Amino acid sequence: MKEKIIYKKPDSLTDINFSYCPGCGHSTVHKIIAEIVDELNLREKIIGVAPVGCAVFAYNFWNFDVSEAAHGRTPAVATAIKRVLPDRLVFSYQGDGDLASIGMAEIIHTANRGENITVIFINNTNYGMTGGQLAPTTLLSQKTTTSPYGRDAKNYGYPVKMLELLSPLEGVKYLERVKVTDAASVIKAKNAIKKGFTYQMQNIGFSMIEVLSSCPANWRKEPVEANKLIDEEIVKVFPLGKIKDIK
Amino acid sequence: MRKGKIVINEDRCKGCFICISQCKVKEIEKSNKVNKYGQVVVEFKNLGKCNACTLCAISCPDAAIEVYEIIEEKV
Amino acid sequence: MANNNRMLIKGNYAIAEAAIDAGCRFYAGYPITPQNEIPEYMSKRMPEVNGVFMQAESELISINLVFGAAVAGARAMTTSSSPGISLMQEGISYMAGCELPGVIVNVMRGGPGLGNISPSQSDYFQAVKPGHGDYRLIVLAPHNTQEMYDFTFEAFDLADKYRNPVMVLTDGLLGQIMESIELKRKKPELLNQKKEWALTGAKGRKGQRIVSLLMDPGALEKHNFHLQEKYDLIRKQEKRYEKFNITDDTEYLIVAFGTVARVSKGTIKLDKDKRIGLFRPITLFPFPYEELKEVAKNVKKIFVFEMNLGQMLDDVKIAIENSEKIEFYGRPGGGVPTSEELLNFILKRI
Ligand SMILES: Cc1ncc(C[n+]2csc(CCOP(=O)(O)OP(=O)(O)O)c2C)c(N)n1
Ligand code: SF4
Repeated sequence: MKEKIIYKKPDSLTDINFSYCPGCGHSTVHKIIAEIVDELNLREKIIGVAPVGCAVFAYNFWNFDVSEAAHGRTPAVATAIKRVLPDRLVFSYQGDGDLASIGMAEIIHTANRGENITVIFINNTNYGMTGGQLAPTTLLSQKTTTSPYGRDAKNYGYPVKMLELLSPLEGVKYLERVKVTDAASVIKAKNAIKKGFTYQMQNIGFSMIEVLSSCPANWRKEPVEANKLIDEEIVKVFPLGKIKDIK
Repeated sequence: MRKGKIVINEDRCKGCFICISQCKVKEIEKSNKVNKYGQVVVEFKNLGKCNACTLCAISCPDAAIEVYEIIEEKV
Repeated sequence: MANNNRMLIKGNYAIAEAAIDAGCRFYAGYPITPQNEIPEYMSKRMPEVNGVFMQAESELISINLVFGAAVAGARAMTTSSSPGISLMQEGISYMAGCELPGVIVNVMRGGPGLGNISPSQSDYFQAVKPGHGDYRLIVLAPHNTQEMYDFTFEAFDLADKYRNPVMVLTDGLLGQIMESIELKRKKPELLNQKKEWALTGAKGRKGQRIVSLLMDPGALEKHNFHLQEKYDLIRKQEKRYEKFNITDDTEYLIVAFGTVARVSKGTIKLDKDKRIGLFRPITLFPFPYEELKEVAKNVKKIFVFEMNLGQMLDDVKIAIENSEKIEFYGRPGGGVPTSEELLNFILKRI
């Protein structure tokens, strides 16, 4: 009998364990990014920009070059790296507080300039790192530590749909919303991110992949239950699929 | 039918049990072991039903599962 | 070639041209008076030298573009004026924490708030005692167009040498003055110094990182001590100042920087009795405390003149033990003193 290994931890991950809570979507997305980096042989030419948020430690886990950025300024940092080194693959990785709240101006202008970078946007409907406060993406009536009675539109406004917001901008070439709640959706998410990277390598321009991601710790749910919430409820507010693809 | 087995890296497993929910042949279960970080980990039951589909490993957030295909050598 | 090196040029353009000569190939800026000539000039010049010009959509974006360009190893600059610099403070702190080189030019205007667009020195504090965290910028204060060029040119080498942001602190008056200057047109010393720490893709090596977040117990404390050692080295090696008309007979000493130092030189020329000298700090950090102390030892009075209501004054007081000797005169909110005005103040107080 012979044993053939058919799935293993990607080489572009270090041996340091993810610092994320059990079942957290950040972990899955980190892993699939590393898998793509391995598959496309990008380890020596990719540069990531990590956000302020739970993923601030991303550089501990990826064995390629990663920079920090001030909260929300992530796409500006990524833009400049790409402008200085146009033949490298540059991506920003951002949470919904980072991208859709404090960094709203940065993401819109980066998209509108059509910067040839890829943005990975982790939408977990709250601020994970600081303890589960309301984010611009928090669902209506969702309870968070700063919306203890649930989000009501009158006081807090409505959940912001970033891809739909960016879609009309001419500089934007590819937008897709995915989830990572089961094996099938993980494969789809991976393909979407791979496509974003490929478009960048073909100089097509700005792309952003939004990942509906669980935050079991702050949602106070078991990981499997948290994923179910995404499958059953969150996708109704943030519909999956391609929002824009110019190809 | 394809035969397989998985190896769980107990130091990386955080006991989220997503793999259990993904395995169609119920080859993974909660163990009564705790790893060095104090997380309850899962274990491979090895009932001979694993078909190396990799669904558990693909969905594992922490890259804690290795999947092997077992190939019978013909004599 | 030789006559090519002289140029009649406005202060703001001198800054832009110096940056190009220093090998700056990444510029980002957001419009604000009185420094608009710089982004305008850069938008034309950068493409000519295969550099990147970006009109940022805010000063937050400007400084974080400069951060990113520095991460990738480029020589990068942004310019702005007072309110814009306030917006940049977070990013500058990140650069200091990450030990990223970069040049920030502040063409100061009157404040607080939106203030006005007249020349001012009211950002001495936010240059010398900047944003959050225990860090320092190297701060250079030119007082004529030649120095606008020279200091900007040198700022890039200083930034690379110490892996630290450098600020050129100037004002709307110096930005507008047109003077004939000598251009360096030579290669900056450290232009081709290899930046092993830069993120350029992990070719043949492990991935590396640029971070200021240090959460391991004691790590941030250690990093701060490391930064302090660097600042001590800067204090030892980079202090600059000018002594003007200081002799053994000097009775009254003016301490002033930038535009006010320039005006003070006029005051000294007006003084018939030749009793007044000027001490001009050129690096505001590192501040030349010991040198000022030495010069001030035998004078009767020390006149601190600023276009604010007493910011550098604090540092002069640190330098000079006997602070009863100090007299202060300041013009806030965009007021620019004349040489006569300063002389009158001196004559009234002696
Ligand atoms: C200027 C600034 N404001 C606030 C913070 C505090 N802060 C750290 S992380 C964070 C929110 C992160 O939430 P999100 O972007 O959704 O990422 P997640 O942690 O959920 O992955 C905030 C507000 C900060 N670091 N800097
Ligand atoms: S707080 Fe939420 S987002 Fe952060 S690591 Fe934990 S589960 Fe993930």
